[in-house]
Amino acid sequence: MGVTLYEKIWSAHAVAEGPGGRTLLYIDRHLIHDGSFHAFTALKAAGRKVRRPDAAFATPDHYVPTRGRDDIADAELRDKVETLSANAKGARIAIYPVGDDRQGIVHVIGPEQGITQPGITLVCGDSHTSTHGALGALAFGIGASEVAHVLATQALWQARAKTLRVTVAGRLHPGVYSKDIILALIAKIGAFGGTGFTLEYAGEGIRALSMEARMTICNMSIEAGARSGLIAPDETTFEYLAGRPQSPRGADWDRALARWRALPSDADARYDREVTLDAASLEPMATWGTSPEHGAAIGGVVPDPSQERDATRRASMEKALRYMDLAPGQRLEGLAIDRVFIGSCTNSRLEDLRAAAAVVKGRKAMVPAMVVPGSGLVKRAAEAEGLDRVFLDAGFDWRDAGCSMCVGMNGDLVAAGERCASTSNRNFEGRQGKGARTHLMSPAMAAAAAVTGKVTDVRKLL
Amino acid sequence: MTPFTRLTAVAAPLDIVNVDTDRIVPARFLREPRSAGYENYLFRDLRDADPDFVLDRPEYRGAQILVAAENFGCGSSREGAVWALAGSGLRAWIAPSFGDIFFENSFKNGVLAIVLPIERVAAIRAQLTQQPGAKITIDLPSQALTLPDGTTERFDVDPFRKECLLEGIDEIDLTLRHEAAIAAYEARQREETPWLAP
Repeated sequence: MGVTLYEKIWSAHAVAEGPGGRTLLYIDRHLIHDGSFHAFTALKAAGRKVRRPDAAFATPDHYVPTRGRDDIADAELRDKVETLSANAKGARIAIYPVGDDRQGIVHVIGPEQGITQPGITLVCGDSHTSTHGALGALAFGIGASEVAHVLATQALWQARAKTLRVTVAGRLHPGVYSKDIILALIAKIGAFGGTGFTLEYAGEGIRALSMEARMTICNMSIEAGARSGLIAPDETTFEYLAGRPQSPRGADWDRALARWRALPSDADARYDREVTLDAASLEPMATWGTSPEHGAAIGGVVPDPSQERDATRRASMEKALRYMDLAPGQRLEGLAIDRVFIGSCTNSRLEDLRAAAAVVKGRKAMVPAMVVPGSGLVKRAAEAEGLDRVFLDAGFDWRDAGCSMCVGMNGDLVAAGERCASTSNRNFEGRQGKGARTHLMSPAMAAAAAVTGKVTDVRKLL
Repeated sequence: MTPFTRLTAVAAPLDIVNVDTDRIVPARFLREPRSAGYENYLFRDLRDADPDFVLDRPEYRGAQILVAAENFGCGSSREGAVWALAGSGLRAWIAPSFGDIFFENSFKNGVLAIVLPIERVAAIRAQLTQQPGAKITIDLPSQALTLPDGTTERFDVDPFRKECLLEGIDEIDLTLRHEAAIAAYEARQREETPWLAP
């Protein structure tokens, strides 16, 4: 019987077998950010050393201000950024600090620098590490204890996950993006439909996507409950990786390519579960509630909790609608919004900014709107194309790279009661700020919301 | 790590699906060191909005077991969520499903996370709602629960995690016993994929 991509990477990294079917997996690459200080504290307290500093890469993202950061005024934020630099220096770990164009969101810079490669294992103390699976890497988020474990041993005890193949048939219509594919999938299988599984995205609808669009899909695997999402590497992947700073070069590139070409799942590989989705039938999506599973097509309405038979689920939906100040049957389109955020590890790459700028060009923002590029290099590339002028001329804020308003840890917050159209990944209660109301959507949809002041079907503006 | 063997304690029901770790500990508190006492941040915004929140009701005071709904602890990998729950005295949680990373983080902190079928967990929450302050007994060696109505229920636990809990084992020490195998793997990696091991 054939073997899946996941199983191939798994068995290639098995160092030892433990009780209960657990495997000690070797970890090839480890990304560190300014929220990783908890693990360094634990490591120091236990008197342990970092085993493979050369396998780790650090950058500040969660706590960095997105403006005025040459001299960070907030002492606590400055302390977090400086602590990361000190920890990296102390352990001889490479760092892309503030002021370096390579600084950015860990999940943007991993692929951008070529740190992420097909067939490797990659971890980070952040749940959106699933992003890197877009390049065919087995990548998953871990907690602080596991971060310390990887720093000390370069390995992790893991139980093998079940496999779920998501086959996306057909191709997206204009105005519909990979963000809509993943929001539609989560709405279909639910916020824990993927729990205990590794997702593998396949089919024409995935093959047709660019590398950056694939990252958006794998990024939100965790919002379906899956710790990892994978896409088989192909020519799109290899083209993307060629010539990146950490990519293999010369004879090594040829050796790597031969290995990478053997990674895709065998044709007769079996999965524990299969789900299909038709990209051609998708419409732009937006969320209405407080879980990423609360998504609907733009032409849809807020669902009625009384139709939900399970009492706990019904009560949770009612609670979500109270929090969001929405009523059953209310149309999503036309909902007035107060603020727009374009950024996050889900949607802050060059293509995302291009898609948003194409909608914004020649129009004006009706509400406060900010664009936060995923890395300094994304920002420079966007500026080279004049995208910054498009946003600035329309009255948008044009910021420096970081996680920013996706999680608000750097002080970029949505005020209580405000409705935010956001390209991020989580519409959880309080995620963007206490009392903030988040509607997740694609960058083009968020741009459409900015220039109309309400949730709008972007296809009407294209 | 404190070993976990047997526990008889008040259990509190939490009737909300998809409780994410942002709700368990809002992000603004993650800048604090663990030593600050994460229990002070537990469900902070939920409790501010609801003075009748289950863990604040006198009947459930001293609860050491939490019985939750589907997908408890989903979302962010923040281990602070476990520190906050464990810091407030909780030693075990029961739910039909958990966020995978939260589930892993639980055991790393000496907490037993138990998965039971959805109908069973709903029935347990109903018992705890009808008899506030009722106790549950968890016996890890025999993998059995004794519920408030006197019935017992077996639960599954990964033998690896069970051993770590019973012995209070530090996983890093356990892994370092395999140091030779890790070193051998690294030697092979330098040979086969030198670009990953400069």
